Amino acid sequence: MAVATAPGNRLRGMSRQERRNQFLGLLFIAPWLIGFIGLAVIPLVMSFYYSLTRYDLISEPRFIGLGNYERLFTNDPDFWKVIGNTFYYVLLGVPIGAFVAFLVANLLNTNIKGRAIFRSIIYIPTIVPAVCTAMVWLFLLNTQYGAINGLLKAFEWPTIPFLSSPGLAKPTLILIYIWAQGSAVVIYLAALQEVPRSLYEAATVDGANGWHKFWNVTVPLCTPVILFNSIMGFIGAFQEFTLPWLLTQGGPAKSTELYVMNLYRNAFIQLSMGKASAMAWILLVIIVVFTAILFSTSARWVYYGGEK
Amino acid sequence: MTTVSQTAHTVPQKPSATLPIRRTSMMAQIASLSKYGLLLFLSFTWLFPLYWMVITALKNDSQVRTVPPVLFPNPLLWENFAGGWARYDFNTAAFNSIFRFSLPVVIFTLISSLIVAYGFAKIKWRGRDLFFGLCIATMMLPWQVTMVPLFIIFKNLNWLNTYLPLVAPSLFGNAYFIFMLRQFFLTIPEELSEAARIEGASEWGILWRIILPLAKPAIAVVVLFRFLWSWNDFLGPLIYLKDESQYPLALMIYRLQQTATSMGNTALAYPHLMAVSTIVALPVIIIFIMAQRSFIEGISMTGIKG
Repeated sequence: MAVATAPGNRLRGMSRQERRNQFLGLLFIAPWLIGFIGLAVIPLVMSFYYSLTRYDLISEPRFIGLGNYERLFTNDPDFWKVIGNTFYYVLLGVPIGAFVAFLVANLLNTNIKGRAIFRSIIYIPTIVPAVCTAMVWLFLLNTQYGAINGLLKAFEWPTIPFLSSPGLAKPTLILIYIWAQGSAVVIYLAALQEVPRSLYEAATVDGANGWHKFWNVTVPLCTPVILFNSIMGFIGAFQEFTLPWLLTQGGPAKSTELYVMNLYRNAFIQLSMGKASAMAWILLVIIVVFTAILFSTSARWVYYGGEK
Repeated sequence: MTTVSQTAHTVPQKPSATLPIRRTSMMAQIASLSKYGLLLFLSFTWLFPLYWMVITALKNDSQVRTVPPVLFPNPLLWENFAGGWARYDFNTAAFNSIFRFSLPVVIFTLISSLIVAYGFAKIKWRGRDLFFGLCIATMMLPWQVTMVPLFIIFKNLNWLNTYLPLVAPSLFGNAYFIFMLRQFFLTIPEELSEAARIEGASEWGILWRIILPLAKPAIAVVVLFRFLWSWNDFLGPLIYLKDESQYPLALMIYRLQQTATSMGNTALAYPHLMAVSTIVALPVIIIFIMAQRSFIEGISMTGIKG
């Protein structure tokens, strides 16, 4: 740091240092800033413009105002079905997934031997490439050759068309989603291990039983993590693509066509870039509104260590 | 339970009655047994699909179709691994996955994110918090919104069917890792960089010579997760790569699945499919087992998804 000797020089000396830091700071973040403008801001503007056009990549985009949005809302056979599928998947999958993950984390947090091993076992499915897990599940759930139906056949019970019946395909996807909640288990377990022992001891002295301790100590102290994890979970689930795409391609009878799968289809198979962009913006609004709702309810159920 | 804790409450000294103690210890044993039972059940359920992947890879076609399903096939057909691998050009796919995709992406992401995180954590400048806020905000932005325009941009650059659209963005840092590295840098005492500054070190020098050696755990997290994401990435290659010779492993498995089970030579389709799936999943599992701590720390620190 340039040391200013005379008091009159100090201000100018400091400001030179500050100017240097200002320049250096911007220089260091420049890679991100360039990327932010080139890969986020400009594409966002372009995307909004495209959403107001009809564009098939071959001819020039043709401006049609809010036509894409209007057609999606009023005159698209798939849009509302896809919205329904997605909300079904998200609103059932995420809460059930979070609930199961939290229970498993609590089980792992009890006094057990081999916690790290059990934790790894629950976590490993989430890091295996989705293509690999999709192939296995396809095969496991196959009506003809699948292991589960093979077992049912062995008992001469009726087979279950997991992914091939419109009624069962969505619940099956949710089951697989729950199977892949290992990261949430790890996050919850880390949060549980942060809960101070002294609180449990105090509760024991006060005569609390296991359930009381769980409900009045564990759960409140974990609510910030539960909130964070649910928000990330909802955002992720709204954007789900790879697993359902590989498992069902949206079928049977479009019963598992999720929002982003349909968006992908519109963009890269139908080449309706304008419609796809409009769908992306609607998704952005849905996610923002959903996150805002979760945050606004959080004051009522999230515990922030006595502050506020 | 309640009676026991009540006695403990009213009689804080050693409880003298033996019966409740024996009963609690028995109950504790039953509880712990059922706990382990539940854990074993969960572990079995969670691992079964992966077990089934490996075991199916070692079966022949008739064992695949046998009812009830064969849990321990005999003989084990190890040659299925070579057979599945040879059905398509998986060697090229592996080369693409490692050297054209994962490796450059990991290196570029790491270097750029380190530099940016340093600018957000260790240099004081006006507007820093605002820009950092924007950086965080981009994590929430659904990528679908930029998917179409980016495709069009990359198409106009003539980058389709190359790895450039998948690799080039990593030159500009990744918001998740910038965030995580910044948090980590903030925990490194300011006195260290201050001392170096007094000795005349530049910010650039401080980053590489002082901060970097201290940030190894955070760097491990970046490397591991960025590798994982590129290795597992399906949608990116699906959008940008058209020719089979360009495919990474994930797309090649998809290709095999689409052809093997439906048309032409369907012999050993499932064992081969499971064999290549096993080969592609294996590096990830091995790396996880070797670097467990970094993984768990990374997830707990940032909530990063696998």
